[in-house]
Amino acid sequence: MPALSQSIAVARTRPSVRKGPSRGLDAVFRTCSYGAALIVLLLLGGILGSIVYGGWPAFREFGFGFLTSSAWNIGTEQYGALVAVLGTVASAFLALLIGVPVSLGIAIFLTQLCPGWARKPVAMTIELLAAVPSIIYGMWGLFVFAPLFARFVQIPVSNVVEGLPIVGTLLYARVPSGVGVLTAGVILAIMIVPFIASIARDMLDQIPTVLRESAYGIGCTTWEVVRHVLVPQAAVSIIGAIMLGLGRALGETMAVTFVVGNANRLSASIFDPSSTIASRIANEFNEADGLQLNALMALGCLLFIITFIVLIVARLLTRRVQAA
Amino acid sequence: MNAASALTPGFTGREAPAPARGVRIAVKDLNFYYGSFHGLKNINLNFYDRQVTALIGPSGCGKSTLLRTFNRIYSLYPEQRAEGEILLDGKNVLDSSVDLNELRSRIGMVFQKPTPFPMSIYDNVAFGLRLYEKLPKSELDGRVEESLRKSALWDEVKDKLKQPGTGLSGGQQQRLCIARTVAQQPEVILLDEPTSALDPISTGRIEELMEQLRDEFTIVIVTHNMQQAARISQYTAFMYLGELVEFAQTDKIFMNPAERRTQDYITGRFG
Repeated sequence: MPALSQSIAVARTRPSVRKGPSRGLDAVFRTCSYGAALIVLLLLGGILGSIVYGGWPAFREFGFGFLTSSAWNIGTEQYGALVAVLGTVASAFLALLIGVPVSLGIAIFLTQLCPGWARKPVAMTIELLAAVPSIIYGMWGLFVFAPLFARFVQIPVSNVVEGLPIVGTLLYARVPSGVGVLTAGVILAIMIVPFIASIARDMLDQIPTVLRESAYGIGCTTWEVVRHVLVPQAAVSIIGAIMLGLGRALGETMAVTFVVGNANRLSASIFDPSSTIASRIANEFNEADGLQLNALMALGCLLFIITFIVLIVARLLTRRVQAA
Repeated sequence: MNAASALTPGFTGREAPAPARGVRIAVKDLNFYYGSFHGLKNINLNFYDRQVTALIGPSGCGKSTLLRTFNRIYSLYPEQRAEGEILLDGKNVLDSSVDLNELRSRIGMVFQKPTPFPMSIYDNVAFGLRLYEKLPKSELDGRVEESLRKSALWDEVKDKLKQPGTGLSGGQQQRLCIARTVAQQPEVILLDEPTSALDPISTGRIEELMEQLRDEFTIVIVTHNMQQAARISQYTAFMYLGELVEFAQTDKIFMNPAERRTQDYITGRFG
């Protein structure tokens, strides 16, 4: 193609002159970008600082006992975080226990087994599930799910396990009202499934087709391909997705406040009502002042720390998986 | 088997290659469709036992498609279908009664890009073995070592068998994939442009490897590199636009092709 190479040669003989905007703009752009990043740090620092400041009187008053005490008595001004912390951790853990297998099942179905025509509608439905406001989940959980749960799960299970060791404590409802830690876990599971499922689906989709084909190519069944090749290949991202879901479950407020029961009672049964940090704060912030407000701030601090720990654990886990 | 070998490739009248050994795979009137697109048109072709057969042709000519029919990997995609017969030792692999997992353990496949599984080097090789045989640990160790030796990888990895397969270089990964295939002791090994993602040195090692593997396996390789086809194969099939243009011994294809289109392609006039 002689014409093309000639025109290139002609172009090269001219001195190159920049036609774009001046270099000054680059500096402005850089400053803006730095600024945006800095705002995040300042915000985070500001929030953390003010919560610690607000919670400090409570920490000073109760010391380490704030963590180990299950008291929450406004009359005597005795506050402890144990019930709320345990309720938070337990409900989030139950949510993962239920939600993760379901999410992986959805992701695997969508990427490996679902016929092409059904893929879009099913994926859309799941994304819609993520768009449902949490107050709707809360209302539905309290008015629809909880009564059914009490009638068909809590009462029959309690009758069966009553008096048995361990399960008799874990799964016994003293007052089978339908609300409680497990109910909160179930509702939370429904709420985090769309997140985990759609991220896991994207990650499984991103795995190169040759890897999948070569796994089938040595004679693997679909289960073996998924179990030994695809899921381990996407493991890092799937753990990330699970941690994102856990973060959401720990901090979810509205839906949990509806269905957790809001009792400050230490109980080993997951059928019993309890509280989470978020639900406690949501219930009391309106009328709180003085030491009670400080105690609520201190609870907020603890929630911050718990989610921070989750983040660190996620980092460590992904690093370990990457190294393996 | 004998009946199959009596059928020479689909163009009678021209000089047919003298089969050095028996026919391992006989392709008869094979047609392949991607949805409504007719990807392979009436392919008739024999692949000989313990010989390397190269499939050459320009991109989109159907050579990979042909390769992908032998282990029916195409059936992962519901819109793709094949019609006709592919006889592996006299049995039609396109028959719906064929156990696909078992078929794929008998016909190994290596892909354009290395595809180590997310597990250790040892497990990459042992994985395929464990699927089909229950071996005691000592025997499994022996088979893994044997496969890695056959793939000319043992000396490089013997001290780090527990490390992830993804940590190896591209060429090593591809040899690991070959070891994984070899471990299952397949009858046929299909290679789909196995060196297209590799540097010349790694390519050379894989080519040497194929020379050795030919003693034990029937090998079919798709390649864009005509020198590679000339170097390593005994038979060559030239395909164009979904049709088999010419099939003969490699020497003949490259020195004295019967078809004008073959001549043009190997001399670089098109493709």
